[in-house]
Amino acid sequence: MYAVRRWSVRNAGMLEWLYNKFFSLLMRLHPLFDRIGYSRLEAPMAAAERVIKGFMFDCRMCGQCALRSTGMSCPMNCPKSLRNGPCGGVRLDGGCEVIPTMRCVWVEAWDGAQRMDNGMVITLVQDPLDQRLSETSSWLRVTREGNMFADQESEGRD
Amino acid sequence: MGLGPVDPTNPDQPPPGSSSPGRLERVLRAGKFAVTAELNPPDSADPRDVYERALVLGEVCDAINATDASGANTHMSSIGICSLLSNAGYSPVMQISCRDRNRIAIQGDVLGAAAIGVCSILCLTGDGVQAGDQPGAKPVFDLDSISLLETIRTMRDASRFLSGRPLTTPPKVFLGAAANPFVPPYDYRPLRLAKKIAAGAQFVQTQYCYDIARLESYMERVRDMGLDERCFILVGVGPLASARAARWIRSNVPGVHIPDEIIARLEGAEKQKLEGKRICVELIQAIRDIKGVAGVHLMAYRQEELVSEIITESGVRSGRRPHDHHKRAQKNTRPIVHKETT
Repeated sequence: MYAVRRWSVRNAGMLEWLYNKFFSLLMRLHPLFDRIGYSRLEAPMAAAERVIKGFMFDCRMCGQCALRSTGMSCPMNCPKSLRNGPCGGVRLDGGCEVIPTMRCVWVEAWDGAQRMDNGMVITLVQDPLDQRLSETSSWLRVTREGNMFADQESEGRD
Repeated sequence: MGLGPVDPTNPDQPPPGSSSPGRLERVLRAGKFAVTAELNPPDSADPRDVYERALVLGEVCDAINATDASGANTHMSSIGICSLLSNAGYSPVMQISCRDRNRIAIQGDVLGAAAIGVCSILCLTGDGVQAGDQPGAKPVFDLDSISLLETIRTMRDASRFLSGRPLTTPPKVFLGAAANPFVPPYDYRPLRLAKKIAAGAQFVQTQYCYDIARLESYMERVRDMGLDERCFILVGVGPLASARAARWIRSNVPGVHIPDEIIARLEGAEKQKLEGKRICVELIQAIRDIKGVAGVHLMAYRQEELVSEIITESGVRSGRRPHDHHKRAQKNTRPIVHKETT
């Protein structure tokens, strides 16, 4: 919802804090997820993510969530689905080039980034989307990948 | 002439450290104030339409931009125009927009372009389809300007496609991007330039500048961040034909900011077209004096005949001889010109 989406950007700092807590919870749940099986969890988790993030951010389920790097403004709401910053068509009042009644997703993103502790990650270059991940759960992916990375690190130390 | 992009027997060899054998990069690296211009693409299949337009731009320009369906309007393709220009010895800048093609098509075009002799590529996001004559088209936007820059840089420097598959001969191209300092979010714009440079941009051509104060504050931040030393900045300019045209552009062309003062000045003039040209000359002179600016990029929509006069009157090319493309192109006996000539 547009109004909620804008509220989320205004509260990007709080949401960043909340996400960090949620992320460490996810990471701790990895052994459980592993036991149940990630593929079995995929459908219910994706459904939950669609509902929650859909309400909060108008999430489009790209499966490669970048909200932390985009000031809690979902870049997939940009009509050009730009993931690396605003295009040159932004209107003087901050309106979108394509949908003038909507505020530019990246004007919002820059506003949100400045309200976050680690908002400057907005300056990092994002890779192009992998369309194969569309409609999959981003939460499960970061949990699995995060743990894979942690495993590799500990193996490296041995 | 050799088959490769660089001719070892040619004295006009690119300086060491260059990414391309092209004229634009050479002129910029030599510290000269560069002039580029946009060629309005024809709605025709006749090569003469391209050559007529190139002829008036060629003598004062270091490179000619071939637009890629700008404003989301269909015209002759960028790669087609580049092929014609390159054949005749001009130095084209091929514009690539992310709006119409996905990563598979774009990477193929980059190889094709480099094979034709294109030495400079401008990576753009592209205007939305709603702005053009075919608003019902599917907007692609598979890549964005920044991931496009990174993709071509990877092809050039790592000899690999985005997928990781190796290339046998990488495209030797000078990489450019667009910048628009004149629209929000203003304080993010220099950071966006930094991001483009990080992704591979070696030069930028900006949107039309009609607001010198805004450009100055942008450039101040750009210099503070040291970006002008890592990237050549060419500022976009163009003559406005009348106050009416200026108003139309302001409300219909995405991203163009024309302050009220400019429109008032046009309105007050007896000959609006002449005044528009005078404003353009004055803007170029003001832009030249801003530290960190490496050149200007002229976009004279349907007024190409003015480009030569504007550049001459502004005096930015004083002391430099005009480019004589045709004479040099004729020296080449091969049907395809593999390198640009100065």
